[in-house]
Amino acid sequence: MTLFGKLTWQAIPWSEPLPLFSGLGVFVIILAVVAWVWAKGYVPYLWREWITSVDHKRIGVMYCILAGVMLLRGFIDAIMMRTQQVMAYNAPGFLPPSHFAQVFSAHGTIMIFFVAMPFVIGLMNVIVPLQLGVRDVAFPTLNSVSFWLTAAGALLVNLSLVVGEFDRTGWLPYPPLSELAYSPGVGVDYYCWSLQISGIGTLMTGINFVTTILKLRAPGMHYTRMPMFCWTALASNLLIVAAFPVLTATLAMLLLDRYVGFHFFTDTGGGNSMMFMNLIWAWGHPEVYILVLPAFGVFSEVVSTFSNKPLFGYRSMIYATMAICIISFMVWLHHFFTMGAGADVNSIFGIASMIIAVPTGVKIFNWLFTMYGGSLRFRTPMLWAIGFMVTFTIGGMTGVLLAMPTADFQLHNSVFLVAHFHNVIIGAVIFGAFAGYVYWFPKAFGFTLDEGWGKWAFWLWLIGFWVAWAPGYVVGLEGMTRRLQHYDVAEWRPWLIVAEVGVFIILLGIIAQIGQIVVSVRTREQRRDVTGDPWDGRNLEWATASPPPAFNFAVLPDVTDQEPYWDMKARAREIGQLTSPEPKYEPIHMPRNSPTGFVTAFLAVVTGFALIWHIWWLVLLGLIGAYATFVVFAWRDHDEELIPVEEVARLDRANRAARSAALQHRQLRRESQRESAE
Amino acid sequence: MLGELSGCGRAQLQPAGPISDAERKILLDSVVIMLAIVVPTIVATLGVAWWYRGSNARARRLPDFVYSGRVELIVWSIPALVVIFLGGIAWISSHDLDPAQPLPSKAPPVDVQVVSLDWKWLFIYPKLGIASINRLVVPAGVPLHLTVTSASVWNAFWIPQLGSMLYCMNGMAGTLYLEADRPGTYRGESAMVSGDGFADMHFDTDAVTQDQFDAWVASTRSSGPALDDAAYRGLLQQSVPPHPFTYGSVRPGLFADIVMQRLPPGYGPTDAVSDVHPTGLK
Repeated sequence: MTLFGKLTWQAIPWSEPLPLFSGLGVFVIILAVVAWVWAKGYVPYLWREWITSVDHKRIGVMYCILAGVMLLRGFIDAIMMRTQQVMAYNAPGFLPPSHFAQVFSAHGTIMIFFVAMPFVIGLMNVIVPLQLGVRDVAFPTLNSVSFWLTAAGALLVNLSLVVGEFDRTGWLPYPPLSELAYSPGVGVDYYCWSLQISGIGTLMTGINFVTTILKLRAPGMHYTRMPMFCWTALASNLLIVAAFPVLTATLAMLLLDRYVGFHFFTDTGGGNSMMFMNLIWAWGHPEVYILVLPAFGVFSEVVSTFSNKPLFGYRSMIYATMAICIISFMVWLHHFFTMGAGADVNSIFGIASMIIAVPTGVKIFNWLFTMYGGSLRFRTPMLWAIGFMVTFTIGGMTGVLLAMPTADFQLHNSVFLVAHFHNVIIGAVIFGAFAGYVYWFPKAFGFTLDEGWGKWAFWLWLIGFWVAWAPGYVVGLEGMTRRLQHYDVAEWRPWLIVAEVGVFIILLGIIAQIGQIVVSVRTREQRRDVTGDPWDGRNLEWATASPPPAFNFAVLPDVTDQEPYWDMKARAREIGQLTSPEPKYEPIHMPRNSPTGFVTAFLAVVTGFALIWHIWWLVLLGLIGAYATFVVFAWRDHDEELIPVEEVARLDRANRAARSAALQHRQLRRESQRESAE
Repeated sequence: MLGELSGCGRAQLQPAGPISDAERKILLDSVVIMLAIVVPTIVATLGVAWWYRGSNARARRLPDFVYSGRVELIVWSIPALVVIFLGGIAWISSHDLDPAQPLPSKAPPVDVQVVSLDWKWLFIYPKLGIASINRLVVPAGVPLHLTVTSASVWNAFWIPQLGSMLYCMNGMAGTLYLEADRPGTYRGESAMVSGDGFADMHFDTDAVTQDQFDAWVASTRSSGPALDDAAYRGLLQQSVPPHPFTYGSVRPGLFADIVMQRLPPGYGPTDAVSDVHPTGLK
């Protein structure tokens, strides 16, 4: 027992320049940013308005920023892997096996848990309460804790770059490889504790949103009047509540094996490694739908808005969403047909997996019929949606192919499989996240993003994706297995070179997205969204100002139909003025900011780090600190702040005036058009 | 079509045995069946999106077309019918091509016991009393009865040109029947990451004529060391052998002792210090 457990100076990769210098570089950048923020005097502002904020919109934005930053990290891993495989034909390449294994494990872990998850949760945070016509989520402080725990997990994963090592067993640590005997380093521990910490955050998000959607809706918003995005958010969060405890329990068992010599998943001592496979996929398959269902929700909103039509087959879409939600729990075994479970088991799970394709196909057709008879505007979000429909249809097809057990026998764990899940995760989840980001950005920030740069980003991503992953299907059918650090098959190499080109096309797409932000921020005054409704939207999030005031709605809207805002707008256009007279304003109570989330997450990082390195006294300190934080929060004296009636009235009147002006402007334009036509 | 796409690659789409041949057929048939719905869907998506663009004066707008029972019936039944069809294929083919099902043949199958080790393959021919590392020699035209296990972490045994992958798990013995139709060299690999030496865990499967096989057995028996418990423990050490080699004799019951864990599983990395940041194998 030493003071710092297993932690010594050896843990820093002195002999490996790549992680050492990249880690140092990141450290310097972080320091520079912190110094800049400090020098500019932004710290109090950040602390007050963002770090301690319990406003769902602010938290949502922070989730999306986290996802964006982690996307860059995960993408650097992708470039390294592709480059390694281009170089490593009969050669060692530039990444030794142990490092390459960390890169592919970190890439998967980061992209799923710290890019895709925060991105969809961020979008839900910003939009779901607005669409429901309410002022916040059910548990605002818990929401802040959720976010900061997710960030804590992300921080721990990235810390492994310079202190110790990361998991080398893949993004799901299959035992016995991940057991102490075969992975004695701290990599698997970094993986497990990061996900335990962020997993608690995700579970609380699930509870929060299920409660919000079931219990907090504007008056008159029945279930069958909820926007599709809220329905998919509900399904996704129900899946989180049901599935994430399975992940937590499974990783806890693996940790018990590793820390205290249990035998849940060891092959000796009565353990059973196959049980891990079953448990991890009992979480893992629903996880896929946790990610993709909100993306489907985004597309439903985008396709309807930019087709100038309500969503086709609304009820059918609800059935399809809930069918996917339920069936997704019954298909996990298709991730290991090659375990040898026998023909009955394999074919039953194969058929169950194929059945998911039915509601998914229905969704595609319903989007198609939403466009049918519409009047389409090809703005950037709509391009992402159409790109998704084409790309995802092919990804779905290869998915059904992999659900065919006898085809899977020849495709499993090949690059074909990897190409398939990149096809659906990039093609649906990432495209959906980007569509939602461009679509709702003006709502969150009050100005629209530049269309030109946005369209470049779309085309580069779409083309880059296909150039990068169509070769994956080919080499997969040429027998190339996944995760190869080097190889000796000449036929694979040309395809891997093409894939490398694709990755760099995607890189250009990412650069275009960064350029889009820079250009849009610089020209934000010209692209202000004054009315709060830049796209001629249909749901309640467009009924308030952009960015919305802290309380979202001065008076909670009264919902009488499935598209409440569209109806309101249509009537206003008919009569040429706002439909509702100025309401009687009242002061509004809003939850008070709280540093609970930030402090808890800080202590979670300390505890996680101490657990990874066996620094037991620090574990104890961290846990006591976290408990103390909870006690302090639980004994708070006042938890609400009053927004005075003048402030409410001022903000709402400004928005009403802008909307009236826009309405008048529209009316005048109509009349002049009519006159010139006559 | 896909066969041409993959050119001269030595893999699933160039089958060299009845199993991979049948699996290739299933794979291609399924793709064709799905393309029949996927291609029209993609064409319709792009076509509808383009035709109903806002600037197209000839498009008939239907702003209230939000529900149609007939359309609903069609959009639910088309995917449902395709899935029923494919589900039938899944059920029948899973039973026909169950890896554990013996292949019809007049000749008795050749037994091979497959053990994945860190990071090499051990093939034991129990009836012939010989063993081979990283090279599988089999007679063409005769079914192979493979019994698959692992001496350490999981691996997946896979010869794409012969068919069906199967996991290798410690303490378990999986059964896999394959057959090579014709002589040739077929690439075998591990399809599941097993540690630093994983990328080198591939082997050649040499399918030879019965005469050549008999000659190989005879020459193997007359040379090479014996695979006894001590030799086996040496194999447990993590390593990648530079060349394939053979054992002239095998201690009877060795495979059963591995599966039943009477012989211990591999002990993983032994150099604890270098583990934090090893420099790799090559």
